[in-house]
Amino acid sequence: MALTKEQIAQRIARELQQGYYVNLGIGIPTLVANYIPSGMDVVLQSENGLLGMGPFPLAGQEDADLINAGKQTITTVKGSVFFDSALSFGMIRAGKVNLTVLGAMEVSDCGDIANWKIPGKMVKGMGGAMDLVASARNIIVAMMHTNPKGESKLLPACTLPLTGVRCVKKVVTDLAVLDITPQGFRLLERAPGVSIDEIRAKTAGRLVVEGEIPELRFD
Amino acid sequence: MNKVVAGPDVAIADIMDGATLMLGGFGLCGIPENCIAALVRKQVRELTCISNNAGVDDFGIGLMLAQRQVKKMISSYVGENAEFERQLLSGELQVELIPQGTLATRCLAAGYGMPAIYTPAGVGTEVGIGKEVRNFEGKDYLMEMAFDADFAIVKAWKGDTMGNLIYRATARNFNPLMAMAGKITIAEVEELVPAGELDPDAIHTPGIYVHRIFQGTGYEKRIEQRTVRSV
Repeated sequence: MALTKEQIAQRIARELQQGYYVNLGIGIPTLVANYIPSGMDVVLQSENGLLGMGPFPLAGQEDADLINAGKQTITTVKGSVFFDSALSFGMIRAGKVNLTVLGAMEVSDCGDIANWKIPGKMVKGMGGAMDLVASARNIIVAMMHTNPKGESKLLPACTLPLTGVRCVKKVVTDLAVLDITPQGFRLLERAPGVSIDEIRAKTAGRLVVEGEIPELRFD
Repeated sequence: MNKVVAGPDVAIADIMDGATLMLGGFGLCGIPENCIAALVRKQVRELTCISNNAGVDDFGIGLMLAQRQVKKMISSYVGENAEFERQLLSGELQVELIPQGTLATRCLAAGYGMPAIYTPAGVGTEVGIGKEVRNFEGKDYLMEMAFDADFAIVKAWKGDTMGNLIYRATARNFNPLMAMAGKITIAEVEELVPAGELDPDAIHTPGIYVHRIFQGTGYEKRIEQRTVRSV
């Protein structure tokens, strides 16, 4: 069974470590915040200018001056701090953010990522994605393994305009967890009941399969 | 020293057709609502607007787009605006998309008196085409130029008569950076106080960067994505 979006987020949350500062992109990455292990200190960075992002507010407590990078109303937590957008990207560029999680349209087997532009369609812009992928020390991509047409999104080379080059470290899809290595995608784990053959068939880029590949388990 | 002007129409009176403006805000958060309304009233045209976003159809910079006052937008993300899309596809509007951190830091450079910055954002992508690339310690960086804007228009929470500014929460965003970067900087504030009433340690933008200030009125502070939890 392929993973749900919630399960993809749950799996990515296992990469979190005590004391991490984390930037979560829009979509599946946002859900990772729901699975931070209790007792672990993780501070969420919102690139519009906030460290220490809390949950959505209760109805009636929305504050127009307090939003996240997706323009959603949010709250602060104990120890939150606000800053301007240059400082925000300064801490990103300087490598202070430990982990960046974002979505993608395509990832190549050398870690290139495309997630901002489809030729022929209205281009909305890259926002902060190019800054994040160019500087983050550890980048995990959360996405579906294939596009709605069933075509692989894990490619030998991206076909869409790039967001960043040789930057993605790990990909978590609905079918598998894969590291990016000099030899290509290395299969680490597979979704429950999903065969290596299926993953191989749906991975267009170079795929390395070595030894036993455990199935993902969720409690 | 007193930088107070009567209101938004006076503050923007010398903005002429073809000017390059910086407009603070992220989405609809922290945008200079009063000055945008005055720019619409003045019907100044052929503007180049440097702003992270372009508003929505009926609010923010979208109000200026609806009047076809904007020739070019320089932004990092321009979604959520149907009229914007129509003008872009019909060729009436030019748009230059640049990474958000690059946008912020090009403002910073202008305010710090530096001609350019080096950033890794966009290396190896179409953003890097035609730009100088320099390698520092094995990593490539693009040279990006400081912005050159005729006017910066910002919104702050509190300000004093000398132009010192304090922002609130994430409405700070690009405002202090643009405040530093304009040849002429216009600040509208929710609360204007006499000089000496703001804690000097708490001021985000020193008044030396600000040329005109006024107390805004009737802030709508529209929320773009109202999102709540149930428990």
